Amino acid sequence: MIKTDAVIIGAGPTGLFAVHQLGVNGLSAEVIDNLDKAGGQCIELYPDKPIYDIPAIPECNGEELTKNLLEQIKPFKPKFHFNERVQELKEDKGIWVVKTNKGNSFTTPNVIIAGGVGSFEPRKLPLKELEKFEGRDVFYSVSNKEKLKNKKIAIFGGGDSALDWALELSKDSKITLIHRRNEFRGSSRTLHELEKLKKEGKISIKTLFQIKSINEGEKLNSIILENDEGKKESVEVDTILAFFGLIMKLGPIAEWGLNIDKKAIPVNTENFETNKKGIFAVGDICTYPGKLRLILSGFHEAALASVACFKRARPNEKYKFQFTTSSKEIQERLGVSKKKE
Amino acid sequence: MPKITYIDNSGNSKTVNVSSGLSVMEGAIQNNIPGIDADCGGSMACATCHVYVQERWLGKLNKSEDGEQDMLDMAFKPKKNSRLSCQILVSEEIDGLVVTTPEKQT
Repeated sequence: MIKTDAVIIGAGPTGLFAVHQLGVNGLSAEVIDNLDKAGGQCIELYPDKPIYDIPAIPECNGEELTKNLLEQIKPFKPKFHFNERVQELKEDKGIWVVKTNKGNSFTTPNVIIAGGVGSFEPRKLPLKELEKFEGRDVFYSVSNKEKLKNKKIAIFGGGDSALDWALELSKDSKITLIHRRNEFRGSSRTLHELEKLKKEGKISIKTLFQIKSINEGEKLNSIILENDEGKKESVEVDTILAFFGLIMKLGPIAEWGLNIDKKAIPVNTENFETNKKGIFAVGDICTYPGKLRLILSGFHEAALASVACFKRARPNEKYKFQFTTSSKEIQERLGVSKKKE
Repeated sequence: MPKITYIDNSGNSKTVNVSSGLSVMEGAIQNNIPGIDADCGGSMACATCHVYVQERWLGKLNKSEDGEQDMLDMAFKPKKNSRLSCQILVSEEIDGLVVTTPEKQT
């Protein structure tokens, strides 16, 4: 059981800045995120797309923004729990008990949900029948490529992941690469290599096709593809890999008894508390009249929520508003206080 | 004001007025049209505002960028007439546009 002043769900820009604002107020935080690194949507959706509306930063991209936020919160030594999803949230005498899918538990007076639009999960193929093969013959990521040797593999997708795995796995397996368009999105080197392997007969490419159905017994035997004109083709496969990127799902958040309005959590605009005392929602996941889904709004929301967190975590202390430019206390917390000469 | 018709997967249709300059996605969100999620808020980063455009309108719309097609690759059951509704700008020229929302947006 880990005891902390606040648990932050989501390590996107808003969650990271919440660490800062809690830290400035002298509060500790543990950050939990389903992804394998910090950055949230900034890293998953637009790491290299420019952002122009962060105050005082004329232009940066998602990766730079994340890097700078991580640098900014370093003095507060936040503890990150990546690849971990919060499963359960229960109240015990005014204290929240947070449990993750990896079996970690936290006790805290404050939970800040900075979960964006939910947790990222792989997009799946549109056939229900494939569900029972997931993790055995159907994969949406590759965790152990040794298991994918001497197979007949269908790879779906037209982006980097699909192409890279098609090239890599073609060394030991028979690959059919299936994509709904003629255009693939990859580096010229990758595309050149793909063309070469196609000529050598090591990779078969089916473009303008999508999956229609499967033939199955105990195992996967073959898949039926169909193009826009209704032309069908059967391909013998025993393994399917699909790379359609990630989608955001609200997931367990919907089961914690919080009010939910169109995938967002209504909050008050004084401290961004939800309908449950001590549970706050900030960033894209919260909603209130006039809400803008901007990173800068998330920063503001995190700042106000952290004041309320202070009051719950230190009920016997008085909250003092202070500036980082002049407060010795804050500067000590930041590790920048000047020693007396 | 241009009229846009949204038809859902089971054929229910709703026609609403959408101001010129908004996107077809925003028109749906503002009028509580179900079947368009728009998780990323219109930054062409999620493919959850995917629609099928009625064939006769296809040529009349602004062309899709590469980035839009890349996102559509990930959409649920994309077709030739698939577009991201956040990338279709409403104007008098497309008054009467008809789009159908897919079975789901994942």
